Amino acid sequence: MEQRRRAFEALRLGARTKEANLPQRHREHREEQDLLSKDQASDIFDRIRKFSTADETEVLISGGRFALTRFANNSIHQNVEDENHVVSVRTVFGGRTARAFTNKFDDDSLRRVVASSESLAKVQHPDSDLLPMPDSREADGSTEKRVQATQSPSRHFAETALITPQLRADSVKKIVDVAEKHKLTTAGIFSSAESVEGIFNSRGLNKWHTQTLAEVSITMLADDSSGWQKANSPDVTNLDPHFLAEVAAKKAIDSAHPAQIPAGKYTVILEPAAVLDIVGFMFWDYSGMAILDQRSFLTGRIGSQLFGENITIWDDVAHPLQTGCPFDGEGMQRQTVPLVENGVVRRVVYARATAERMKRSEQKDKVGPIVPTGHGFALPNEMGEMPVNIVFATPQDSQTLSQMIGSTERGVLVTRLWYIREVDPYEKIVTGMTRDGTFLVQDGQLRQGVRNFRFNQSLIHMLSNVEAMSVPVRASGEESFDMVVPAMKIRDFNFTEVTKF
Amino acid sequence: MKEIANWALNVATMRGASYADARIVSQRSRALTTKNGKVGSASDSESTGISVRVIADGAWGFAASEDLSRPGVEATAARAVEIARASAQVKQEDVRLAPENAVTAEWITPHTIDPFSISVEQNIALLLNIDSELRSVAGITLAETNLNFNREEQWFVSSEGSDIHQTRYSAGAGYTAYAFAGNEIQKRSYPNSYGGQWQNKGYELIEELKLVQNARRIAEEAVALHHAEQCPEGTFDIILDSSQLGLQIHESIGHPIELDRVLGMEANFAGTSFLTLDKLRRLRYGSEMVNVVADARQEHGPGLGTFGFDDEGVPAQCTPIITNGLFTGYLSSRETAHTIGENRSGGTLRAEGWNRLPMIRMTNISLLPGTTPLTLEQLIASTDHGILMQTNRSWSIDDKRYNFQFGCEIGWEIRHGKRLRMVKNPSYSGITTEFWNSLDAICSREEWTLWGTPNCGKGQPQQVMGTGHGAAPSRFRSIKVGSAYKGS
Repeated sequence: MEQRRRAFEALRLGARTKEANLPQRHREHREEQDLLSKDQASDIFDRIRKFSTADETEVLISGGRFALTRFANNSIHQNVEDENHVVSVRTVFGGRTARAFTNKFDDDSLRRVVASSESLAKVQHPDSDLLPMPDSREADGSTEKRVQATQSPSRHFAETALITPQLRADSVKKIVDVAEKHKLTTAGIFSSAESVEGIFNSRGLNKWHTQTLAEVSITMLADDSSGWQKANSPDVTNLDPHFLAEVAAKKAIDSAHPAQIPAGKYTVILEPAAVLDIVGFMFWDYSGMAILDQRSFLTGRIGSQLFGENITIWDDVAHPLQTGCPFDGEGMQRQTVPLVENGVVRRVVYARATAERMKRSEQKDKVGPIVPTGHGFALPNEMGEMPVNIVFATPQDSQTLSQMIGSTERGVLVTRLWYIREVDPYEKIVTGMTRDGTFLVQDGQLRQGVRNFRFNQSLIHMLSNVEAMSVPVRASGEESFDMVVPAMKIRDFNFTEVTKF
Repeated sequence: MKEIANWALNVATMRGASYADARIVSQRSRALTTKNGKVGSASDSESTGISVRVIADGAWGFAASEDLSRPGVEATAARAVEIARASAQVKQEDVRLAPENAVTAEWITPHTIDPFSISVEQNIALLLNIDSELRSVAGITLAETNLNFNREEQWFVSSEGSDIHQTRYSAGAGYTAYAFAGNEIQKRSYPNSYGGQWQNKGYELIEELKLVQNARRIAEEAVALHHAEQCPEGTFDIILDSSQLGLQIHESIGHPIELDRVLGMEANFAGTSFLTLDKLRRLRYGSEMVNVVADARQEHGPGLGTFGFDDEGVPAQCTPIITNGLFTGYLSSRETAHTIGENRSGGTLRAEGWNRLPMIRMTNISLLPGTTPLTLEQLIASTDHGILMQTNRSWSIDDKRYNFQFGCEIGWEIRHGKRLRMVKNPSYSGITTEFWNSLDAICSREEWTLWGTPNCGKGQPQQVMGTGHGAAPSRFRSIKVGSAYKGS
């Protein structure tokens, strides 16, 4: 039931990425074809608006081309490509709203999706919290000094868009060559994507974003050990599959014949992917709606020293190592927001309506600045908003991974975490397993591989016990969304059980 | 649609594919939620497209498109062959498919009431009625409800001559009441957590669930948890209710028996399995009472893993997985059947939609009920000291499916055959085979429920699939309880 990350992705813009449509085009040579353009999307919006009888109409369009070559047992065993575009229509009648989706863009289909949205909206009860749709001026601006609107760099790279099945196979061959050189077995993926996201509304707002992304993930397997590496980037030239394969292979070789050491509290060194996967479980709570719903662990804690003074976290879509769309599910420009400063939780993010509700709530004086920050999910939804471009600040005295190991008398180095789930929502205890490269550190050196641990760890305590951090890097895991995070050395990390491998 | 699908087969075979199949899928879904007295979200969705799966040069290729025009379909088929030829450059051996007879068939989920025939007003009124009941209990700080309906129509054709038209309906409903007070958030859900109960049925499922009738009790339990003692830590006999046991089956039996995991195909993401091939018909998986089947047939019940044919045209089957405690079967496909000495697929290959590659997925993985009449209350009465745990709150298991830990929403300490007191934050952990070998009692058929898990994730790109799990409340001896809260 490993579906949390998928749920997040579906919520991000409210679009159903599994659904698809393009105007009919014939593609013997797809690499030479463009995806849906903003002009084509604008035409779709114009037709939808013509069919709509609603007070207000909003259209989200998202999709693209996705390809993934999957390998295992030193062979390519799955190799897929699909092209997806979906349009969703939100209509509003006197404070009542609903959304409908389709993947067909002909007039009959668009008439039907508009009618479906309208009929759903008309049977709602009026929602006094529903705001008029934003116009471009509102969507682009913020009058609040602590929130900054910054320009995101281009995230579309032709080299990535033009990746072919042949190019992916060539890279996989190099990864397999590394595995065979070391007498290992490898499994993993090489994927490439080119995507668009757009929003149009009847108050004149229109925004469009294009992006590419290439990703490599490699597991190397030995008889009783394994190693793993993963990286992604909008620009495929930033990826080095051969290097990643060698690092994963070294982890598998070095962790062979793992020893069993007892569960207990250890100093741990979490590599960046492990950090992002575990801390990702707290960012759903940095949301005004989560505070209003009293489902956030930050309820009653904003402004308090919750973490160590060395922890500072921003949400920043414009960071050069970040990816993603610069506007939210209503078209509001994503702002750069300081969430945690020197261990003190300063603020949470807001969709427009959530900010208005919070201003009227009893908690309005306890939650820091209240302003729409451009982090809302597509309406209507129950979750409100969430920061999705997390960046940890560079520490003043950063250490390399080697320095962290060198300064550790006895501890555990963790490559990757797995199957993390929340045990306690307010103390923010999460459980999960180590995986694919877990090592005993003793007297400043990596000694040997150890059997994997189960942990039960409060994130509040964990981020209060960080002794050292590296320079943050773009990291990618499987349990949470990509972030810019450091490796961390943490004392008293709570391993509660040991598994059999 | 059959004609459109055949355009794809013709081009694929002309381009040199030794095998090809095409699926055209048309999906419709409706999702309604409420939160604290308001509609939270309301959406309808439609999606139609085609996928083409081929073997060329002994390797797989797959391409999918929404474009159902003849040139579009033919281009998609040609692309699938091109991708297969790229795959063939990194292979150890050619793909081998277990033989399967070509079949022409129609299949539809038996249902009484088309869920899309029920007005949205009626659905919203039901959800708001539940919401009102939940929030009528002092101390409830958040109430959430959901209704979901799906219809998926599929046309499957293959180069071997199969022609299958299949329509599947599913429905789901549930709610959760939250109580925040002091430094604690407690919650209770009905009929199950994370979306409630889901089955392959029409609207009649919603009418069967007695949603409104249970709302006040659920809300009262959520509030009462704040006054309950922390679940004790130590070694206890535990009784799991059928919904929690369904998830236990899912994680510690359903996933490890997936043959693609066993063969290393999921090693990079979902993981592998401790059930290596040498363990088939040799491993004592559980106690003598443990009998588990993978049953996709309608006669097993309306589970989310029930169908007429899988997504490579293999008829639904029942495979014995654990027989009187002995491990006896895997979930297999046409590609993997030969690795366990079978000459036919077990029929478990399924895809999330038209644009995803079918892969081995759980069907209905069910623990058969006890054959001796035994109710939950009788099971409690026969327990001297133990913890009854109900409704999942958290779940986690390692990537070979050995070590697991589950948390539940509510527990009850049992002393001398009676429920002594409610306890909060119950959790338990263990090693899969040790756990199943500790089972010493299973309630009988009248306590057995076929639960639906609508959100099983697997594969790259990840696909979300519905699976079914039948279970009756059961007792496990000497289980580790409470380490989730130890020292965290």
